[in-house]
Amino acid sequence: MSSPFSINGGACVAMVGKDCVAIACDLRLGLQSLTVSNNFPKVFQYGDVFLGLTGLATDVATVSDLFRYKVNMYRLREERGIAPKTFANLVSSSLYERRFGPYFVSPVVAGLDPKTGEPFICGFDSIGCIDFSKDFIVSGTATDQLFGMCESLWEPDLAPEDLFETISQALLNAVDRDALSGWGAHVYIIEKDKVTKRLLKGRQD
Amino acid sequence: MPGFDFSNYNRNAALHAQGVPLPKATSTGTTIVGCIFEGGVVIAADTRATSGPIVADKNCEKLHYISPNIWCAGAGTAADTEFTTALISSQLELHSLSTGRKPRVVTCMTLLKQHLFRYQGHIGAYLVVAGADSTGVHLFTVHAHGSTDKLPYVTMGSGSLAAMSVFETQWKAKMTQDEAVKLCSEAILAGIFNDLGSGSNVDVAVITPDKTTLKRNYIKPNERTQKLKSYKFARGTTAVLNEKIIRKEDLGNFVSVQEIHVAEPGDKMEVDV
Repeated sequence: MSSPFSINGGACVAMVGKDCVAIACDLRLGLQSLTVSNNFPKVFQYGDVFLGLTGLATDVATVSDLFRYKVNMYRLREERGIAPKTFANLVSSSLYERRFGPYFVSPVVAGLDPKTGEPFICGFDSIGCIDFSKDFIVSGTATDQLFGMCESLWEPDLAPEDLFETISQALLNAVDRDALSGWGAHVYIIEKDKVTKRLLKGRQD
Repeated sequence: MPGFDFSNYNRNAALHAQGVPLPKATSTGTTIVGCIFEGGVVIAADTRATSGPIVADKNCEKLHYISPNIWCAGAGTAADTEFTTALISSQLELHSLSTGRKPRVVTCMTLLKQHLFRYQGHIGAYLVVAGADSTGVHLFTVHAHGSTDKLPYVTMGSGSLAAMSVFETQWKAKMTQDEAVKLCSEAILAGIFNDLGSGSNVDVAVITPDKTTLKRNYIKPNERTQKLKSYKFARGTTAVLNEKIIRKEDLGNFVSVQEIHVAEPGDKMEVDV
């Protein structure tokens, strides 16, 4: 039997631009080679912070609900939204708590610092090791393809409109070379005072 | 420490019994070194984090803070080195607050080895512990199973052989600070260039009884040159089926604020006595 990370398939990528960040995911849910759904988003919004989750779909659902609960509790206690850096540490310690019985997920966090407006992205392994990045973070079954696409297409200080084209093309072309990901994509462009969510036209095979 | 949550363990063990491979964690390949000199100690590390054959992070930090006068270099499972050092750092801070003394390196090493021995090597942290305290300058290595060493120069990680070859040919007793920094960074460079698990930059920390200096990216031998051409796509390249824009200012339209009647002063709430 294959790895729990590649039973359902899926891909996620986050990128930093000039005073903005982007996070995108594909929409496929599969059972090995059989596609079950073409509307299974893997990016979740908690206030101003975005979380991408790829891996085993049952854990994607469980973990996204768990963090919705934890972020809501944080907001009630603190009377403010959670900052991306704080959320990243919450994700990290929540995953490491299950060091010897992990969730099979590879999370990606993206957002802007609520005070400084500084872009923030980071990724994690399934046991909570944070990978801070100044350029891009990839996760999912199309990781190898996404690394190649991002490493060649990404450049510093992209404007929101250019960042959208770069992240979209990186994701679409990566998932076209991965049998387990694709079937459309969601792309979020996060700026200081607005969030743009776009549904991309992708191959349905 | 509250301890670990094993509630997924049985599910994952059942999957594993069906032949499902265990998840791969980041970072196994690393080069970390440490070296004592006259009046202090130097530790150094490379900055590559790997996940299998993939370079997961090109510039990660492997030198971990324990206390102002004690630092740790970590190899092995990245999450384990990160969290064990943070845990021991916190325990030492509380310990020094309650005793009113600066923490000692042996105390740190003992806490680390007892924690790691308790978990029988399942916590995959391989550490170089260095520091200066009231009893002098110290350098230790701590292995994941709980064994420790006390030596004048040490190397760990997959690049330890490459780094040790540099120490064994060039090390001498009673070095100056500059000589020790140079020797340690050369040992890391040997790991960066000769070990596939190590790469990118050299981080160095110098600890003396009165000061600690962290030199992040002390040597950058593998800097990426700027691309000669831009690969920007023309705006409008990507086909969009649907677009939704949420503006912060518009969010106010979805929230209604209602003034609540406040009780007059003197109009006290009824309370059971």
